Amino acid sequence: MAADETTRETDRRTLLKGAAAIGAVAAGAQLLPGAARYAQAQSSAPIKIGFQVHRTGIGAAYGRWYDRTTKAAAKLINDNGGINGRPVEIVAEDDGTDPKRGAEVIEKFANKHECDVAFGTLFSHVVIGSAPRAGELKLPYFVVSEGHHVASGMLNRYTLQPGITDVKSQVQSMAPWVADNLGKKVTMIYPDFAFGHDHRDYFSEAIERQGGNVIAKIAVPPRETSFFKYLPKIPKDTEVLYHVMVGPGVLTFVKEMGEYFGDDRPEIFGFIDSLEAVDIASPGLEFLEGSHFWEGYPRYAGPNQSEHDKFYRAAVGVDNNGASLSDPKDISTFAHMFGCWETLHILKAGMEAADYKGPKDRQALIETVENMDVFPESQAHPQGSKLFNARTHQAFAHQHISRVEGGKLVPVHKTSIFDTYYEDEVDYTKMSF
Amino acid sequence: MEDLIALLPFDLPHPALLLAGVLEGTVLAAVLALTALGLSIVFGIMRVVNVAHGEFYMLGAVLAWFVTTWVAAVTGGPPWLGFAVALVVAPLVVGVIAAATDWLVLKRLNYDPEATIVATIGILYIIQQLALTFYGPYARPVEAPFDFRVATPYFGYSGYKLVVVGAAIALMLVVWLVLTRTRIGLVMRATQYDRETAQAFGIPVDKVYAGVFALGAGLAAIGAVLIVPIRQADYLMGGDPLLLSFIVVILGGLGSLRGTLVAALFIGLSDGIISTLYDATLAKILATLLVAMVLVFRPQGLFGARAA
Repeated sequence: MAADETTRETDRRTLLKGAAAIGAVAAGAQLLPGAARYAQAQSSAPIKIGFQVHRTGIGAAYGRWYDRTTKAAAKLINDNGGINGRPVEIVAEDDGTDPKRGAEVIEKFANKHECDVAFGTLFSHVVIGSAPRAGELKLPYFVVSEGHHVASGMLNRYTLQPGITDVKSQVQSMAPWVADNLGKKVTMIYPDFAFGHDHRDYFSEAIERQGGNVIAKIAVPPRETSFFKYLPKIPKDTEVLYHVMVGPGVLTFVKEMGEYFGDDRPEIFGFIDSLEAVDIASPGLEFLEGSHFWEGYPRYAGPNQSEHDKFYRAAVGVDNNGASLSDPKDISTFAHMFGCWETLHILKAGMEAADYKGPKDRQALIETVENMDVFPESQAHPQGSKLFNARTHQAFAHQHISRVEGGKLVPVHKTSIFDTYYEDEVDYTKMSF
Repeated sequence: MEDLIALLPFDLPHPALLLAGVLEGTVLAAVLALTALGLSIVFGIMRVVNVAHGEFYMLGAVLAWFVTTWVAAVTGGPPWLGFAVALVVAPLVVGVIAAATDWLVLKRLNYDPEATIVATIGILYIIQQLALTFYGPYARPVEAPFDFRVATPYFGYSGYKLVVVGAAIALMLVVWLVLTRTRIGLVMRATQYDRETAQAFGIPVDKVYAGVFALGAGLAAIGAVLIVPIRQADYLMGGDPLLLSFIVVILGGLGSLRGTLVAALFIGLSDGIISTLYDATLAKILATLLVAMVLVFRPQGLFGARAA
C-alpha cells in the first residue's frame, strides 16, 4: 500500500514537472514579443496593471470607490518613483459585476492590453468566474474580494488575496463576541450566492463552537428589490439577527427591517456590507441606534486615529466620516476599499523584490509574494498589520466591531489577528505554474 | 409552538406570514395594475406591443430622483414638496418623450405590429443606456413624502405603502372615468373600434395615437414615482415591471381593462403570498406557468374577446 502511494506520488510529481516544463515553454513562446519590446524600451515602459472593476451592475457603488482608491494608490506610487523606476499604468475595464464579462476582461488584459498583472474586483461570483481564465493565461490575478474562494483551494496558483481578509476569517472572529455580548440564538439573513453562503456556513460553525446556534437561515436572491416578505420568517425567539446584504437594494432592506421591528427588535448584528456606500444617518435607519456592525476598517475616524489613516483618507479623498471630501453625501465603501490600496503596495514591493522586468517574470513575482509573510502597519497598510499565508494565498488581519451611536459608527471591539486564523485547506505553493 | 407551526408552511401558515404576504401582494398589485393598465391601453387602442414599457417606468423613477433632488436643493423644502412636484413633472416628461417616440418611430412604421415590436426593443436599449450615461449605475433613494408606521399584532408596516395602494386605486378610477365619461375617452374608443371610420369622421387619429402612447407611458411613470420611495431608482429597474405587466396583460386579455385589473390583483396577491410563505422564485415560476397555460387553452386571455 505504502509502496503504491510512493509510486503514485512519484508519478504525479514527474507528471507535474513535465506539465510545468511544457507550460513554461509555451508561456515563453507566447510572451516573447512582449518581453522583447520591454527589453528594448528598458526602464521607460510603464508597468501595466489590469484593473477589473464593477463600473456597472449590482456592485457599482463598490466599483466607484475601488476605482478612486486604486487611482490614489497608483498616483502615490508614481509620485514616489513608480515600481523599479517605471511608472504604473492602471488599465481599467468594467466587468459589469458579471462573471462571464469578468473572464472576458481578464482575456483583454492578457491579450489586448498586454498587462503585466490583473488586479481588483470584489464580488465573489466574478472572481470565481475570472480566476480559472487568469490561471490558463498565466496572468497573476490579485483580488480584493473577501470571499473564502481563494483560501478554500478552489482557485489556482495565479490568484492571490494579500490585501484583505476573507469571510471565513471575519465571521469566526466575530462569533465569540456576538455570543458573549448579544446572544446565542441567531437568525441569519444573507444573499443567496457564494459570498452569502460563506457567511452562512462559517458563521454557523463558529457560533456553534461558542455554544450558540443558528435557528433560521434566510437566503435572499442577489437581485431582490423588496425584502419585507422575508422578515416574517425570522423566528420569534431570535436573540440576535445577523444580516449581510449587498447590491442596489441594501438601503431598502435595512429600512424595511426597521419598519418591521419598530422598537421591539432583537439584538442586531450586521456586516457593514448591508450599508456600504449608505449614510448611517439616512431617514428610516434610526432603529439601528445601539445595534452593531462588523467593519473591516472603521468608517469614522476615532480619537486614536493613526498618522497612516490620516494620510490614506487625504490621499483617497475621504473625510473623517468616511464620505467624499467633495460631497459629504457620497459615502465610501470604507470597510473594503483599503484592500485595493494595500494590494497595489504589495504588488510594488513584490515586483521590486523580484526585480520584475516583464511578463516572463510573472512566476517569479508570485513566488516572491509567496515569500512575504508580514505586512506591518504603515502608509502602505493603513488598515493595520497583516499576516500573509503563502500556502492559502490569503491575508489575515484585525477586525472591528462598531456600535451605532448618534447615527455614527463607534468602534467597540478590535479582534486580534490570531482570532481570524484557521487551518490551511490548500497549499497553492505545491501547485505547478 | 407558534414557531413550530411557522416552520410548517404547507399545513398551517402562520397568520403573521399570511398577513405579510397579503400586504406585500396588495402593494405589488396596485402598482402593477397602474403599470399594466398603460401597456393594455396602448395595445388595446394602437395594437402596439410596447416592449419599452418598463423603461418608461424606470424613467419615471429616475426623473423623480432628479426632481426631488433639484427641489430640495433649490427650495430647501420638505420631502413632500419635491415628491409632489415629481408626481406631476415625471409623468408629464415621460409622456412627452413617449409622444415624441410615437411621432419619430412608430408612426413611420405605420404601426405595423411586428415592426413596432422590434422598434420598441431598440427604444428599450436606447432609453436604458441613456439613463446609465446620465444617471449612472447607482441605486439612489428618494425620500418618502411622509412616513408613519402601522402596527399590526405581529409586526409593523410602512404607512406609506398603504397610501400607495389608495393612490393607485384613485388614479385608476380617474383613468376609467376619462375613458368612459369624457370626449377624449370617446375619441380613443372610437379609434380603437375602427381607425379608418374614425378618421373619416374627422378624428385626428395621429394625435390620438400619440396621446395614447403618452398616456400609457405616463401611467407607468406614475407607478414608478409612487414606488420609488419604497425601493430606490436604478437604470435596470424596468425589467421586472415589464415582465409582470406582460403576464398581467396576457392573463387579463390584451386590451381588456377589466381583465388587466383582475389579473393584476391576482398576480400581485399570489406573488406576495407565495413568496412570503414559500419562495420568491416559485412565485415567478407559477405566474409564468399560468401564462403559458392561458396561452395554450384560452389565447384571448381570461377577459379578452376572441379575435374576429
